Amino acid sequence: MRYIRPLSIEDAVGLLAGSSGTSAILAGGSDLLVRMKGGFVEPDLIVDIKAIEGLGEIRQTADGFSIGAAVACAVLGENSALKTAWPGVVEAAKLIGSKQVQGRCTITGNLCNASPAADSVPALVAAGAKAVIAGPSGKRTIAVEAVPIGPGKTSLAKGEIIEAILLDKRAPRSGDAYLRFIPRTEMDIAVVSAGVNLTLDEHGVVTAARVALGAAAPTVLLVEEAAEALIGRKLDEAALERLAKVCAGACRPIDDKRGTIEFRRKVAGVLARRAATTAYARAGGK
Amino acid sequence: MNFDPRFSGRKFASVGTRPIRPDGVDKVTGRARYGADFNMAGQLVGRVLRSPHAHAKILKIDTSKAEKLAGVKAVITAADLPDLTDGDAAMYDVLDNCMARSKALYDGHAVAAVAAVDARTARQALKLIEVDYELLPHVTDVDEAMKHTAPLINDTIFTEGLEEKPVKPSNVTKRSQFGHGDVHQGFGHADFIVERSFKTEQTHQGYIEPHACVANVSSDGTADLWVCTQGHFVYRQHCAQLLGLEASKLRVTSSEIGGGFGGKTHVWAEPVALALSRKAGRPVKLVMTRDEVFRASGPTSATSIDVKIGARKDGTITAAEATLRYSSGPYAGTWAEIGAMTAFACYKLDNVKTVGYEVLVNRPKTAAYRAPSAPMAAFAVESAVDELAKELGMDPVEFRIKNAAQEGTRSSYGPVYGPIGIGPTLEAAKTHPHMKAPLGKNQGRGMACGFWFNFGGQTCVDLNIGMDGSVSLAVGTVDVGGSRASLSLVAAEELGIDYAQLKAVVADTSSLGYNDMTDGSRGTFSSSMATISAARNAIKILRDRAAQMWDIPVDDVIWENGHAIAKGEKYGNLAALSLKEIAAASGKTGGPIAGHSELVADGAGVSFATHICDIEVDPETGAARVIRYTVIQDAGKAVHPTYVEGQYQGGAAQGIGWALNEEYIYGKDGRLQNAGFLDYRIPVCSDLPMIDTQILEIPNPNHPYGVRGVGETSIVPPLAAIANAMSNAAGVRMTHIPMSPPRVLAAIEAEREGRA
Repeated sequence: MRYIRPLSIEDAVGLLAGSSGTSAILAGGSDLLVRMKGGFVEPDLIVDIKAIEGLGEIRQTADGFSIGAAVACAVLGENSALKTAWPGVVEAAKLIGSKQVQGRCTITGNLCNASPAADSVPALVAAGAKAVIAGPSGKRTIAVEAVPIGPGKTSLAKGEIIEAILLDKRAPRSGDAYLRFIPRTEMDIAVVSAGVNLTLDEHGVVTAARVALGAAAPTVLLVEEAAEALIGRKLDEAALERLAKVCAGACRPIDDKRGTIEFRRKVAGVLARRAATTAYARAGGK
Repeated sequence: MNFDPRFSGRKFASVGTRPIRPDGVDKVTGRARYGADFNMAGQLVGRVLRSPHAHAKILKIDTSKAEKLAGVKAVITAADLPDLTDGDAAMYDVLDNCMARSKALYDGHAVAAVAAVDARTARQALKLIEVDYELLPHVTDVDEAMKHTAPLINDTIFTEGLEEKPVKPSNVTKRSQFGHGDVHQGFGHADFIVERSFKTEQTHQGYIEPHACVANVSSDGTADLWVCTQGHFVYRQHCAQLLGLEASKLRVTSSEIGGGFGGKTHVWAEPVALALSRKAGRPVKLVMTRDEVFRASGPTSATSIDVKIGARKDGTITAAEATLRYSSGPYAGTWAEIGAMTAFACYKLDNVKTVGYEVLVNRPKTAAYRAPSAPMAAFAVESAVDELAKELGMDPVEFRIKNAAQEGTRSSYGPVYGPIGIGPTLEAAKTHPHMKAPLGKNQGRGMACGFWFNFGGQTCVDLNIGMDGSVSLAVGTVDVGGSRASLSLVAAEELGIDYAQLKAVVADTSSLGYNDMTDGSRGTFSSSMATISAARNAIKILRDRAAQMWDIPVDDVIWENGHAIAKGEKYGNLAALSLKEIAAASGKTGGPIAGHSELVADGAGVSFATHICDIEVDPETGAARVIRYTVIQDAGKAVHPTYVEGQYQGGAAQGIGWALNEEYIYGKDGRLQNAGFLDYRIPVCSDLPMIDTQILEIPNPNHPYGVRGVGETSIVPPLAAIANAMSNAAGVRMTHIPMSPPRVLAAIEAEREGRA
């Protein structure tokens, strides 16, 4: 096993592209080290990206925010501009694992682990976040929902690294929220979850909406029909009922040790309704 | 040594105070040595290969490739642990469980083990061991296993305890029955009858420290074992028997223990580590992973219980009956029998009958878990009692008070009770402020009672007085809940000295006589009795030495407040001699001063508790949260009240986890799906409210200070108390534990649809 800590993204890409055996990218390590300790993986090459310049920073740009791939989730919660603009994304990131884990784990890692139950991903999808990818043939930017393609699988090609997650600058009267269901109060994995992102007009009518569900299908679901249930309306009881129904219907969950199909469907609707209510209030809706 | 254990009703100076524990500083600073903290020069890493199958014949094990791997020093299979059990069926089961002989009986059953120079080599070696299995049909559910069509786990088992000897083998190893009177007649006198069936899923003790040991077998037939255990003397007996060693030549030292709760009363890894060390000729350290702990240590039974209780309009129970089916893993157990004994122990009943069935399943061998078997029985019975109170229109506490057992009551399992605490805990619950506190929306309150036998057993203590007047206490019951502090308080009390003058240690098996393990809530009860006896023996010697120093007859010397006092006017001028002064002179008066005690601590007083619980349910998700919890329990005498409260709170906390989320989940393939703390959900801190406690002290007449065991009873009522609270909060009677959100939501929805 080789462990390398390159100083540039080009070196990191070169190492990964040139490796012949199994390789892994190490940022916080909160997934990788657990898998290694459990004996599930034993990579031939580990590329630690924490020393690469810029990857540990949150930058506020004219277009919004750029969150480096090595930024720990706890740091998101310490950035007041980000918290004000995207409270739903930050609250999702701060639900991952425990306090100690949040000091290490990253939203990029959470995305690349490609678990359908990843906490930050539905919030990022609802937020319309994008991933900046560095690779052997240069850089490209894709929607975050295009990164995971199945449990544990991503669309990234050999040698590719996500170097940052981009979040747009906020339109006025916008708000987002994320809720997950766990049987405990913390240190758990979502049984089902919902992220909602809304923009309102002056009258409190929803003009833009994105709704995403976690742990409801093999990958995080962006439910367009749910957004349509909200757009053009105030968040009245009928709209919320419709939202819940659409979300329950959009789920393609499984029965497993964490919950039943029936339970996930029902609770997906409940969480979407509750998250929408919070997002609406955060956007200034009454 | 005519030790009188009877309760004397004395006033206490040390007992009942709350000093810090002698092991506290080391534990909070990380210096304390737990099972995995012991190391030896040249030690190897032991790892175990486990069956991935729930039930399979082992046709062949080829270890040759693993043996050839560089760094591998020993590979063992069942062939390296030959059967030395000499017809002892229970020990044969232990042996077979340590290393599968002809069949793998559950997912996780050990089939081979290696010792290698490091963990990586050991892991690689495991991959090189080739096992040919012939898969057999399996069964993991307790009700399924009882069916005639179920796969047989052991075709040599014929159900014991039936009136007619069965002709066909069965997964039911034993039927047992308890009770008195005539339940049929009793139900005939009832105005109301509640009849319900209940299920509880299998849970694990969830101790934070995994099993760990270091074994070192010498070529001269002696051996050392350092191990995390609740009973190192018992581990010595079992390991010596399985390995063919002489017990006194195997020294077992117990480490600090990061939780046991009954789960560290059985050997699993230890005989394997010893066999590896014997073969490799080097010390071997074996530490189980969390996955192994879940798959291959000893969880509690899964159960299926039917209860029927009848009462007259005035609230008198006329008859009570229960059928209890408990899984025991793939080996025979007596878990249903214990459940059947405890089920109705809280009540005074003219007509009562309980029947227990021990059921084999393809799951790990069931082990004790804190008041083993009682919580499930209490869940079923106390749920039915609660429902019956509702039907009668009676307050649940009043209904229980009316039917509570008393001194002189013949218990449902046979013996007649002495002074007991069920009535007082119920009276305390009735007047507790918790009972009157207002409840909010979606909140409900429940209460329930619980019983546990408690145990005494073989105990040995040494008390040694240093020449500086300090006192060391060597005990043989492993300290799982603060007993070193409690026993120091007891010694201080007897000797009349300050707690700070004492230091208690847990002695190894070569330094002290045999002790039963710390189970059955016996640690403080039995070792305090032996400590009192040892201290009294030391006092005899102290008086004798003082008499020598004064040159007067020993009969004229009494012991008071830590001093020898010459009794009588003629000795008016003699100043009292302190323990310190007598100790300082001991070299000239006959040598070291010590007190010893060996006894069987009989008369462990039975224990009762009443719990009150408030719960809030989210009716849209089925999520439940315990918002207030109160434990009221009889301690006989709380030697160190803080640690008594800790036991009360700990039992309640484990009960809350069991009631709401903890369960072994098996797939159709018979494999455990959730062998880790992520998906086996014990409560985290933020899941629990502050658990209030109230200690009652109804003295045990069979202990000099009135002490009763307190460790286990606290886990008996929670399942029922929480289920009763849930029933009031959500409007549905939950009959399946754990009451996980999917189960609760499904029940709420079914109730809603039923009403619509």
